[in-house]
Amino acid sequence: MADKDIIICRCEDITREKILECIAEGYQTIDEIKRVTRAGMGPCQGRTCRLLIAQELSRAYGVPMEEVLMSTFRPPTKPVTMGTLADAWLEEYEGEAAVSGRAIDGKEGGNGE
Amino acid sequence: MKKGYNVVIIGGGIVGCATAFELAKRGVKDILLIERRFLTAGATGRCGAGIRQQWGSELNASIALESTHILENLEEYTGYDKSVELHQGGYLLVAYTEKEWEQFQKNLEVQHRLGIDSYALTPEEMKKKVPYLNLDGVYGGTFCQKDGHANPFHCTQAYALGAKRMGVDIETYCEATGFRMAGGAIAGVETTKGYVEAKTVINCANTRAPELAKMVGEDVPVYSERHQALVTEPVAPLIDCMVMAFSRSYYVQQTPHGSFVMGIGPKETPSHNFKSSWQFLEHNCAVMCEALPVLRNLRVVRQWAGQYDMSPDANPIIDEAESCKNFYYMCGFSGHGFMVSPRVAIMMANHLCGMEDSLDIRRFGKKRFETGELLLEPAVV
Repeated sequence: MADKDIIICRCEDITREKILECIAEGYQTIDEIKRVTRAGMGPCQGRTCRLLIAQELSRAYGVPMEEVLMSTFRPPTKPVTMGTLADAWLEEYEGEAAVSGRAIDGKEGGNGE
Repeated sequence: MKKGYNVVIIGGGIVGCATAFELAKRGVKDILLIERRFLTAGATGRCGAGIRQQWGSELNASIALESTHILENLEEYTGYDKSVELHQGGYLLVAYTEKEWEQFQKNLEVQHRLGIDSYALTPEEMKKKVPYLNLDGVYGGTFCQKDGHANPFHCTQAYALGAKRMGVDIETYCEATGFRMAGGAIAGVETTKGYVEAKTVINCANTRAPELAKMVGEDVPVYSERHQALVTEPVAPLIDCMVMAFSRSYYVQQTPHGSFVMGIGPKETPSHNFKSSWQFLEHNCAVMCEALPVLRNLRVVRQWAGQYDMSPDANPIIDEAESCKNFYYMCGFSGHGFMVSPRVAIMMANHLCGMEDSLDIRRFGKKRFETGELLLEPAVV
């Protein structure tokens, strides 16, 4: 199969050809390729393509797979509707402040984790 | 990397890359840009990507206006063969209080003096622009069609590749770790890839800029504040313009790709925290679904955090270090650096090349916090 027919990122329809083009242009990490092509930005957040891109980088730069810099894993793990999340917040903090993006004293701010 | 350079720029965000480009364009040779990760890895790549001319101070409105003109032709300006995805669908600014509504009228006067095509809308007229907007508590709004957003990754790449073609060296995964001075002036930069001599250094390291400036003895009153954003799955076009409210502190836009990018802005204690929080995820959705209930059905696919480099008057500090000649810094953009960077980079390049500029760089100097000549801006998130 030709590179242009091999899909690496199924969510965003990014082909192997596109990834190899990025490497030829000098991009060195999954994070950079993600930003210029959108590979890994779709609903699955790179579950499939992340390792496939890592494989290409490993081959192109001659480094072992485990040394290829991983892209950042970002929440949520699975897509969640905004309505579900909004209801969770309103249940917890009913009232006026809930609909303002300004801080609610002591409830938001600082290190949220 | 060569042994020495005329100019070493620290920071591969839009400010650093645009400055490198503008200097090279003016014929400056031997420029090096270093970035500790990859281009746009910091604030630029995490920003809300908005571009607006609807400011309340003449200074900000005019810088934003001139920057927009450059962004409108950035591909041609820099010779970029991809699109920077500029979309001028307009900004709808929503007033939820009477005070805010009055301030908007004053802002419009400032904008009209500069020839910015913005205008006021009644709630009914707003509904025509954005049929999904919840009008509860809405006093009115203002709109400017020429506002919009662009892709920060591509804008930065456009400047960086244009700079490279003019001979600028760009070294990624290279961190500045110290400086050497000679006779009260900058002499060179210590980096994780070795030492380079430098006749001039421009510190564009955003929230890291103060700690770098400190190494040459300069105190810069800029601190780092976490702000978060999220993006949804892509859907068919629903809203053409950015919708933003200062009093409820939210912004939301649908990108050309179809996804919605949005954020809210609670004040946080200063930190270099780059982590996402579940509180933001829920709080943001509550605020946004109240303003635009249609969003309830959209799924969030990703959230992230970035940093605003906050200055005391929420405007940039651009100056030469008092303690170290030829060491410049450009930081403190306070959350709106992306949209003003094209014009600010030109100002910096003109200054360094001894060229005339209608913008007086001294207005952005650190001295303003002593003299009280602050750059006050009523229209910031």
